[in-house]
Amino acid sequence: MTVSGDTAQRALATWPDRSGPGLAPGDAYTLEQTWSDPPGIIGWFAAINHKTIAKRFMVTTFIFFLLGGLLALAIRLQLALPNGKVLGPDKYSQVFTMHGSTMMFLFAVPVMQAVATYLVPLMIGARSVAFPRMNAFAYWIFTMGGIMLYVAFFLDIGPDAGWFAYVPLSGPQYSPGKRVDFWAQMITYTELSALMEAIVLITTILKMRAPGMTLNRMPLFVWTILVTNFMVLFAMPAVMLASTALITDRLVGTHFYNPAEGGDALLWQHLFWFFGHPEVYLIFIPPLGFMSSIIATFSRRPVVGYPAMVLSVIATAFLAFGLWVHHMFATNLPELGKTFFTAASLMIAIPTSVQIFCWIATLWTGRINFKTPLLFVLAFFVILLLGGLTGLMLASVSLDYQLHDSYFVVAHLHYVLLGGAVFPLFGAFYYWFPKFTGRMLSERLGRWNFWLFFIGFNVAFFPMHVLGLQGMPRRVYTYPSEMGWDKLNLVATIGALTIALSMLLFIVNVLHSRRRGEIASSDPWGAGTLEWGVSSPPPMANFHVVPVVHGRYPLWQEAGTPRYVTGLANEWREVLITSVADAKVDHRLWLPSSTIWAFLSAVATTILFVGSIFTPWAVVWGAVPVAIAATLWFWPKHDIIERRVESELRP
Amino acid sequence: MSARDEKRDGRLLDDGRVLDISTLPTFAFGNRSPMWWGTMGLMAIEGTVFALTIMAYFYLRSHATKWPMSQFPPELIWGNLNTAIMLGSMIPNHYAKQAAERLDLKKTQFWMVVCMLVSIAFLGVRVLEFGALNTRWDSNAYGSVVWMLMALHTTHLITDAFDSGVLTVMTFTGLMEGKRYVDVSENAAYWYFVVLSWLPIYAVVYWGARF
Repeated sequence: MTVSGDTAQRALATWPDRSGPGLAPGDAYTLEQTWSDPPGIIGWFAAINHKTIAKRFMVTTFIFFLLGGLLALAIRLQLALPNGKVLGPDKYSQVFTMHGSTMMFLFAVPVMQAVATYLVPLMIGARSVAFPRMNAFAYWIFTMGGIMLYVAFFLDIGPDAGWFAYVPLSGPQYSPGKRVDFWAQMITYTELSALMEAIVLITTILKMRAPGMTLNRMPLFVWTILVTNFMVLFAMPAVMLASTALITDRLVGTHFYNPAEGGDALLWQHLFWFFGHPEVYLIFIPPLGFMSSIIATFSRRPVVGYPAMVLSVIATAFLAFGLWVHHMFATNLPELGKTFFTAASLMIAIPTSVQIFCWIATLWTGRINFKTPLLFVLAFFVILLLGGLTGLMLASVSLDYQLHDSYFVVAHLHYVLLGGAVFPLFGAFYYWFPKFTGRMLSERLGRWNFWLFFIGFNVAFFPMHVLGLQGMPRRVYTYPSEMGWDKLNLVATIGALTIALSMLLFIVNVLHSRRRGEIASSDPWGAGTLEWGVSSPPPMANFHVVPVVHGRYPLWQEAGTPRYVTGLANEWREVLITSVADAKVDHRLWLPSSTIWAFLSAVATTILFVGSIFTPWAVVWGAVPVAIAATLWFWPKHDIIERRVESELRP
Repeated sequence: MSARDEKRDGRLLDDGRVLDISTLPTFAFGNRSPMWWGTMGLMAIEGTVFALTIMAYFYLRSHATKWPMSQFPPELIWGNLNTAIMLGSMIPNHYAKQAAERLDLKKTQFWMVVCMLVSIAFLGVRVLEFGALNTRWDSNAYGSVVWMLMALHTTHLITDAFDSGVLTVMTFTGLMEGKRYVDVSENAAYWYFVVLSWLPIYAVVYWGARF
C-alpha cells in the first residue's frame, strides 16, 4: 500500500507539518463520541451529523442523476432512427418530462447544496452546520419527494407536460388525471428542502466561521455558496407560488391561469421563469466555487483577483434576476421591454468572463499539476464557452424567434448545464473524494471517464445545434425520414451511449476505490484551505481543536498567533459563534442531539403532501401529525436542560 | 487600544498562542444569535411569497376590464377590526420580547399568555373576514388571488399562534434555559413580521378592490 501526498513527503521531512495541535487521546475519544450519531437502525434514521447527511444527500442526488440519465438514453434510443418504436408518444412525453424534472429539481440544484453541507463547515473551521436537525429534515423531505415522483412514474402517472409545465397544457382542461399534480407536489417538496438548506447554509457561513476568517478571507467556494443560497431565498418562492396556484386550479377550481374567468396563462410563465432563470445560476454558481478551489490547488497558487472574483459572483446573482423574460421572447410582450432583457442577457457575460480571465491568469502563472480534477475543470472552458456563446445568440430576439423550441435550444442548455455544472461537479468529486472516504479515486479510470465523457458529450450535443438550425423541434417523439435528420440523430445517440459508458466507468471507479483505492493522507493534493488540515475522512467533530485563521489559504501560510481555540466542551456538542463580518469570537452554543423526529416530521409532511393530491382536506387533517411531530422534535429533555443550565454563562 | 474583555474576546493563553473562549457566554440575543439569522431567512422567503402574490394580484388586475370581477369588494368591518387587533398585539409582544431578553421568567410567562389570548381573538375575527370577502376562490381569478393572499397570511397566523403556544407551555414546565429565552425573543420578532406583512396584504385585499 502506498501513501501519497504529504504523509510520504513528511516522512522525507520535505513537507511542513500542518496537522497542528491536537487533543489528548482520551479527550479526542470523548469528542468523537459526543458528535457521533446513535448506533443501530433507529440511530440510522436519527442521524444529524452534517457529514453523514451530506453523504446520503450526495448519493441520493447521484441516483436521481443516473435515473435521469437512463431516461435520456431512452429518449436518444427512440430518436436514433426515424419512425422509432422504442417509446410511444404518451410514454415519450412522460419520459422527457421526467428527465428534465429529475435533472433540474432532483439533481442539479440539490447536489450543490449537498456538497456544500459537507464542505462548508470544514472549510470555515466549524464543527457542524447551524440547525443540524433542520438539515436532516431537508434531506428526508427531498428524498421522499423524489421517491413519490418515481413511484408515480412507475405507476404510469408520471408528469407529461414538460419540465416547465406550461399552462394551459398542464391545466385541468388539457391534463386531466393526477399526472401534473404529482409534478406540482414534487416542486413543493424539493423547494421546501432547498429553502431550508439555504437558511442552514447562510446561517452557518455568516455565524460559524473560525475566528479570524473575515469575509475577506473566506474561501471562494464558500462565497459562491453564500451567494447562491441568498438567491434561493428569493427565487424558489416564485415556483412554489406558481405550482401551488396550478394545483389549486386543478384541484379546487381556482382560476389563476384560466382566461375564461379572468386568469392569465402568461402569469405562469412569468412566475416560473422568475424562478427558472435564477435557477440556472443556482446550478452554475457553486461550480464556479469548485473551479476556484481546484484551479488554485492544481496551479499551486492563490486564485488571481480575489476581490474581482467575489464581486463577479455577486454581480452574476443580481443580473440573474433580470433575465427571466428572455425565456418568453416568443410571447406577445412589448418589444421595448424585450430589449431590456436582451441587454441584461448580454451583460451577464461580463462577470462570467472576468472570472474566466482570472482563472486563466491563475493557470498561466501557476505550476500546473495535471490530475483528473483539473481535466474536468479545463473542459468547462471549452464547453461552457460554447454554451455561453449560443446563449448570446439566443439573447437576440429576432434570432430567438427562429430558434425557439428547436434542438438548437436543447444543445445550448446542455452545453451550459453540463459544461457549466456537471463537468466541474465531477472534477469536484475527484478532488474531494479522498476527503469524503479516506481513499483516492483511480487516476487511470478517471482519465478514461473524463475523455469518454468529454468526447461523448460533444458527439451527442454538438449535432443538435445543426438539427435545430435545420428546423427539428424539441419534444417530438419521432420524425419521418424525409426530413433529413437521420444521420445527425444517430450520431447524437452514439454520443449518448458513450456518455453512459463513461458513467459506468465512474461508478466502477467509485465502488472499487472506496474499498481498495490508495489511502489518502489529510492533504493528498497539497491544497491550502482548512478542510485539508483534518484527517481524511474527518473526525465526527471535524476539528479536534478549532483553528484561528490568519489568511485566505491557511495551510499555505506560516501559522500566526493565536493558533487555535481552547475552551469548547468535549462532553457536549458545543460550537463557537462568531461575528458576521470579522469573525470575532462572540459566544458558545450547545447544539441539539441526534433525533428521529426530523425523519418522522418528514414522514408526516409527506402524508400531508401526498394526501393533498387526492383531497384538499388532507391539508387540514394532515396538519395534525405534522404539528405533533414538529412539537416533539422541539421538545427538550429534562436532564439535558439541567446540564445546560448548569453550564450556562449569561451574556 | 482598550484592554481585552474576557467575556467578549476570550483569554489569550500560552504566550498568546492559544485563545481560550471558556469565559464567553453560552447564548446571546438579536443578530448575535444564529436563531435570529434563521428567522430572518424565513422572513425573506415568506416576504417574497407575499410580494409575488401581490404582484400576481396587480398583474391580473391590469388584464381585467372590471375589478373586482365579483360584484362587491370585501366588507371593511372585520378587516379593519382585525388590523387593529393585530397592531394592538404588538404591545404584549413587545413586552414578552423585553421580558425574555431580561431573562425574567414571571413577566415572560405573563406577556406570552396575553399574546396567546390576543391570537385567539385575531384567529376568530379571521374566520369572519373570510365570510365577508364577497367572493369565492372559485368564482373568478380575482376571487382566487384574494383567497390566496388571505390563505397565505392565515397560515402564518395559525403557525405563529401554534408555536407561540408551544413556547408558552414550555415557560410553565421548568424547561427554561438561556436558549429558550432566545427562542421567545425570536418568536416575538417573527410575530412582528406576521403583523407588519399583514398591512400591505390588508391594503391590497380591502383597498385594491376599491380604487
